[in-house]
Amino acid sequence: MKIIRASIIGFGSVGQGVAQVFLQKKEEIQKKGFDLKVVAVADSRSAAIDEKGLDLEKVLKSKKENGQVGTETLSGLEVIRNVEHEVVIETTPTDIETGGVGLDNMLTAFGKRMDVVTSNKGPLALKYGELAEVAQKNNAKFRFEATVGGAMPAINLIRDTLAGNSIISIEGILNGTCNYILTRMMEEHASYEQMLAESQELGIAETDPTYDVEGIDAACKLVILANYVFGMKATYHDVDVKGITSITPEALSLAQSEGYVIKQIGEVKDGFIQTSPRLVPESHPLAVGGTLNVVSVQTDLAGTVTSTGRGAGSIETASAILSDLISIYRED
Amino acid sequence: MRVSMDIELKDTPGQLLCALTPISELRGNLKSIVHHHEERTPRGTIPVQLVFEAEPDNLDAIIEKLKENGIGISRVDEKRLIEEGAVILIGHIVHTDIQDTIDRIDRTGYAEVVDISLSMPHINTTSSASLKICAVGIKELHDAISILKDVAEKKDLLVVEPIRAEFS
Repeated sequence: MKIIRASIIGFGSVGQGVAQVFLQKKEEIQKKGFDLKVVAVADSRSAAIDEKGLDLEKVLKSKKENGQVGTETLSGLEVIRNVEHEVVIETTPTDIETGGVGLDNMLTAFGKRMDVVTSNKGPLALKYGELAEVAQKNNAKFRFEATVGGAMPAINLIRDTLAGNSIISIEGILNGTCNYILTRMMEEHASYEQMLAESQELGIAETDPTYDVEGIDAACKLVILANYVFGMKATYHDVDVKGITSITPEALSLAQSEGYVIKQIGEVKDGFIQTSPRLVPESHPLAVGGTLNVVSVQTDLAGTVTSTGRGAGSIETASAILSDLISIYRED
Repeated sequence: MRVSMDIELKDTPGQLLCALTPISELRGNLKSIVHHHEERTPRGTIPVQLVFEAEPDNLDAIIEKLKENGIGISRVDEKRLIEEGAVILIGHIVHTDIQDTIDRIDRTGYAEVVDISLSMPHINTTSSASLKICAVGIKELHDAISILKDVAEKKDLLVVEPIRAEFS
């Protein structure tokens, strides 16, 4: 059986979710025709390396108990440079201003002809064109399903299932936090501030919710879709962004009396990318509630195809990463 | 605009074609036709109900041509504003001259604000309103909403408009 050596760079909730899923799905992965061996894990302070394959249970335990994955002092970038392996699983935090360490990690990996599977939106929202070009030049695979809507199929739905279709437009709800807040505001007739506080208490919204509620997170995902699907050379700065912070419970009630719900909708159409609160008919497929994400793809042959699912969560995001890995290395 | 028309045809071959040709020649778009062939008017003619969309400027010419073709017209109802859309506004709607906001749509001549519901929870907090806009066609409805968005931007109001699939 072919052995694929991987590193996990970034060991926050997504990186840990990936490790848990690898432990849980070891046999299923082997049934797809390859054995996945994690030879290195790096977090922001330390690294664990074993060329024979790490004991992921031990790494997870170390992270939980000591706050770091191991005793090595190599950075993620040094792991990519110095440890022999085939695929980098890049799960460092999103940095929308500069691309952060993720950008260097990915470019370095491609430079060494390694494949990259990532959940990190920042580098793609800023430099997708450059990344795709460097990957192609080095004959390296680049997969990023987890960057758009977590477990909800979007990129791979378009790449594989809808292959051969021309995509006319894409619209959807790409941020579970906004969807949760708007759903709860309508249910409870409560203010934005109250429901933001509730979602922070439940861990759905971050302490600093700006990325989510101002529409920045959704804008990054739209840019990734726009560039991948339509070949646009957009960056996050090209998106017309309006968030949900000024939505009132009265507006939600007025919308409801006209048969609508208000949802934070992202849209890529006719070379234009925008995300803003919109009226959606109550019975429309985009009118999903709670923390769900949804994407609706308008195509020439298949008509409109809609996919719904959990957009966040460490295990759900790891599911998308696993799906990318299997699609790269499976033996048909 | 949308026109609903009752006409009367003689019971001879080719009459229906004589009635429909002027409509299509003047770029009318037929929506429905009900041909009561089993019924007769007191004049012995066959009643037919037509619904079609046409440019307002062409309606008189259509009626003229129908008459020239010997078609009797017993009723004509016009509905000028046929496309309807709802939007929500959020902000200091009243303090930023709500009448002016509405007038900007009404002055277009092709769209009108036909209904408004306003909710003002407290005097100093933002208010919310739902506006129903009717227009002579789908393009005009989009144009009216664009105008509203321009006005709203200047007045620092948020416009929540329907997803595009709703309008097309």
